[in-house]
Amino acid sequence: MSKHHVSTVINGEPTEFLCETQLTLLDVLRDELNLTGSKEGCSSGDCGACSVTVDGRLVCSCLMLAVEAEGHKIETIEGMARGHDLHPLQRKFLEHAALQCGFCTPGLLVAAKALLDRNPNPTETEARYWLAGNLCRCTGYDKIIRAVLDSAAELRAGE
Amino acid sequence: MLDYVAPSTVEEAVRILAGAPGTAKVLSGGTDLLVQLRSGRVKPGLIVDIKKIPDISGIRERDDGFVIGAATPGAVIGECEALRRAWPGVVESANLIGSTQVQGRASLAGNLCNASPAADSVPALIAARATCVVAGPNGRREVPVESIATGPGRTSLSPGEFILEFHLPKRPPRSADAYLRFIPRTEMDIAVVGAAVSLTLDAGGVCVDARVVLGAVAPTAVVVPEAAAALVGRKLDETSLAGLDEAARRACKPIDDKRGTIEYRTKVAGVLARRTATIAYERAGNINEQASRIDGH
Repeated sequence: MSKHHVSTVINGEPTEFLCETQLTLLDVLRDELNLTGSKEGCSSGDCGACSVTVDGRLVCSCLMLAVEAEGHKIETIEGMARGHDLHPLQRKFLEHAALQCGFCTPGLLVAAKALLDRNPNPTETEARYWLAGNLCRCTGYDKIIRAVLDSAAELRAGE
Repeated sequence: MLDYVAPSTVEEAVRILAGAPGTAKVLSGGTDLLVQLRSGRVKPGLIVDIKKIPDISGIRERDDGFVIGAATPGAVIGECEALRRAWPGVVESANLIGSTQVQGRASLAGNLCNASPAADSVPALIAARATCVVAGPNGRREVPVESIATGPGRTSLSPGEFILEFHLPKRPPRSADAYLRFIPRTEMDIAVVGAAVSLTLDAGGVCVDARVVLGAVAPTAVVVPEAAAALVGRKLDETSLAGLDEAARRACKPIDDKRGTIEYRTKVAGVLARRTATIAYERAGNINEQASRIDGH
């Protein structure tokens, strides 16, 4: 059979691609569209390194077929900074040294942004539960949580 | 070669599923199916994505209760205030499945048809006396949720059939439900035991109706009428809890695996049934505080 023709909007840009059925959204983002910020950790929805949002909803792009993206709006880590201006979460991750190897970082940033978009003032417990699907094997999570809560405070002060 | 179609009507979906030459798989959230595709555990020739069917995703409140579309993601279920007030146990069970990311996709129909003995939402749906509407070549039929799973990975659905929606009945006053699962960590794990309790109290706090369902202790979720009988006719006290505990343990036919031994699962089933019944009882007696109590996890 022929490939599927898929029309989406990715990070605000209308984007079209061709794909075979078995390709995941993550496969297409990385291998077809060169958006390699989303990482492939486990390919089974356990690690969260491939986190993106679909119509504002946080999902694992490894658990979604690329063809399912038809007609939907996708946001990836590449859409987070505005040119050279980092998103406050990205800045706070650097300030708090909330990363070491960096492999989980794009997924954590996308997931943390989805949290703060919904809940500008999360408790530490809420932040930890929200991010429970994003595994980090370097930091022990503490610096990540501090960076997220500090970003939330800064974003609230800026409103 | 794997093919994919996304029909926009129920009739079209049924026709495609029934006419597929090889194995066809229904796709809703995909959080189990995609993992099985990748591992090679399932090798379908066709994927039928039901999410383009109108109303297959979303929650509607009717005079006789709630309708939850088969492909409604867990996150949407958790955001429905009215559903949380009426069926806090069903909502908390659905929201225990996987991570925030998984909640963005995972559906009740997927959790049910994947037919894992440890599926979190299934005991709560059964305790709620939920039914599901099955669409197929012979039209539609409405069946109890407990009639779907027949064993690990197996369902009673015929070729061409798929679940369209779930119905949750309207609640009498002073009714509530609860679901607890035991896992060795705080998040992101598969139930060692799950327990769902739904009950109704009279004005004096005496339990007049109860339903108790256990998960992960048998090939499918188990309804335990003897455990419910221990609750009915009394206020919740040590006598009813002890009876519940014993009946729950007696209903267990668990496996030994890395998550827990037979002995351990059996013991935990009794303890969890007690705790779940206690939560449901408190909720039923204190209906206005339900919504706040299930905030967060």
